[in-house]
Amino acid sequence: MIDWILLLSNAAQEIISPTTAAYALAALGLAIHFGFTGLLNFGQAGFMMLGAYGFAIATLTFEWPVWAAMLTGVVASIVFALILGIPTLRLRADYLAIVTIAAAEIVRLLFTTNTFEPVTGSANGLQGYKGGFEALNPIPPGTYGFGPWVYNEYDWWVRIFGWSLVAIAAFVTWRLFKSPWGRVIKGIREDEDAVRALGKNVYFYKMQSLILGGVFGALAGMIFILPRAVVPSNYQTSLTFFIYAILLLGGAATVFGPIIGSVIFWVLLSFFSGFVARAVEVGWLPFLSNVQAGQLRFILVGIAIMLIVIYRPQGIFGNKKELAFVK
Amino acid sequence: MSSSAGAQGAPIKSTGLHIGEPAPGVKKVDPIIVADNITRTFGGLTAVQVEHLEIPRGAITALIGPNGAGKTTLFNLLTGFDKPDTGEWTFDGQGISGIPAFKVARKGQVRTFQLTKALGLLTVLDNMKLGAKGQSGESLARALFPWFWSKQEKQIEERAIELLTRFKLDAKKDDYAASLSGGQRKLLEMARALMSEPSLVMLDEPMAGVNPALTQSLLDHILDLKTQGMTVLFVEHDMHMVRHIADWVVVMAEGRVVAEGDPHEVMANPAVIDAYLGSHHDEDLGNLDTGVMNAIKELADDDADDDKR
Repeated sequence: MIDWILLLSNAAQEIISPTTAAYALAALGLAIHFGFTGLLNFGQAGFMMLGAYGFAIATLTFEWPVWAAMLTGVVASIVFALILGIPTLRLRADYLAIVTIAAAEIVRLLFTTNTFEPVTGSANGLQGYKGGFEALNPIPPGTYGFGPWVYNEYDWWVRIFGWSLVAIAAFVTWRLFKSPWGRVIKGIREDEDAVRALGKNVYFYKMQSLILGGVFGALAGMIFILPRAVVPSNYQTSLTFFIYAILLLGGAATVFGPIIGSVIFWVLLSFFSGFVARAVEVGWLPFLSNVQAGQLRFILVGIAIMLIVIYRPQGIFGNKKELAFVK
Repeated sequence: MSSSAGAQGAPIKSTGLHIGEPAPGVKKVDPIIVADNITRTFGGLTAVQVEHLEIPRGAITALIGPNGAGKTTLFNLLTGFDKPDTGEWTFDGQGISGIPAFKVARKGQVRTFQLTKALGLLTVLDNMKLGAKGQSGESLARALFPWFWSKQEKQIEERAIELLTRFKLDAKKDDYAASLSGGQRKLLEMARALMSEPSLVMLDEPMAGVNPALTQSLLDHILDLKTQGMTVLFVEHDMHMVRHIADWVVVMAEGRVVAEGDPHEVMANPAVIDAYLGSHHDEDLGNLDTGVMNAIKELADDDADDDKR
């Protein structure tokens, strides 16, 4: 028989999991790129990867303190944004899409290759970089919590840290898009030439947006690796598309959409994949093997993206008139 | 040089703008734009080839010519949206050739587009506020701290509402610009351009696609710009409008300036008639040689046969 309580409690854990926070932050970065500025960034996985590896390599290879390691990841993502933006931001939006998707793959393959094995750990990735972060934990050892949310002191520290970053980033984004700066950015989304004709340096604004969203991606990458190891295969193109699914679900041109979208996405994904796996075990789905059941969730994500784009292009929180996706 | 619009009826024209006989490239008493040797080619096609052109300050100048004459290309070049192959030009005495569009706009030369560019998913008021120059809240660092820019924002909003009222768009200020009609978008685009307090307003076909009811109010707004001391340069196909409001007309054909002058004189200029109607428009086609005429007759007969089948 299926243990519904276990399924539901696993799903409920996703509400505050650090992975959900990481995806929320990455989706917020993408909201700045795609939803507000109209930059088609298909390489958010690359920004996350640079944040993750920047943090891990600075800690392990250079033995830098936590703040310097975090700064390394952030600086790496800024440099990446400059490399992507300088040649492509003067061109049409589609070119940025092609360049970012390719650049993210190049970054992933560079971290996977054996040539830099002593530094990057190649396909096995890196671990053992959490010491400094653990040492900053103010929570005394023990287990805390209630219901499905019972964790030890490190797990709570990761969650508090991750969600605090999300909250700060959301506040900054909200503040920015209520300001004249945000107005220029949204104007660029609508028509670059019109904004240019009003005396705004469009190229410079697009670069600022690319960097800001990229830095959010890098910070998301750091939250992402705190409960696990850094493994290059986690940063495939599908990661970017999961983040797009979250963004479209919540609403592309909103601040809270990506965050709530991430929570809904992970709760549903965890519930469905748990349900399908158990259903196969007890023989409810005789036409599926265990391996096939594991892949089913990718199909579900694909269908979900299509349904959202067709029937609710503004997402859950988006303004129906302000369709950022379909014009 | 006088410059004021009549309250009712025919607007008062500015006269005495030029020095010497009106001819292509004639000198002006007080030019705001002086352009020399501008060429722009697209592959083998020379779209613009202007040897010398001066635009008079404080007047309304129309740029006319048949389709493909290079009017919009010249517009794009002068505003920095396109780069010429050769040429130099000054605005208000400063060389601005080759500088990017946003810097041109900051110098006080603002333009509108042939295909109206209202920012559809911004409200009408946001569209207007975007036009204001020198906003400190537009820097990323200051945008985070409202106390740096909230006062300026309030002033900009006041000015925006004042302008919207003048253009009768104030009732729509909280709507998305996408919900406006074509003519209202033209008005919004013009009002938005005025937010930057320009000295030269360049309008690319301001009347295209505007219904007759709005035409009159758009004309009044353009005349109003002159009254307020701005210079206007516009591209237009509507000859009635050109004759009605323009103080000076520049005619382009095949990339060149073929005539310049006061609207009534210029329209009688043979070069202008040729440009619009072709240089053989008043010749009889009857004196073609007989061989050609026979060939044409045969073709006509063939067509008639085809129709019967």
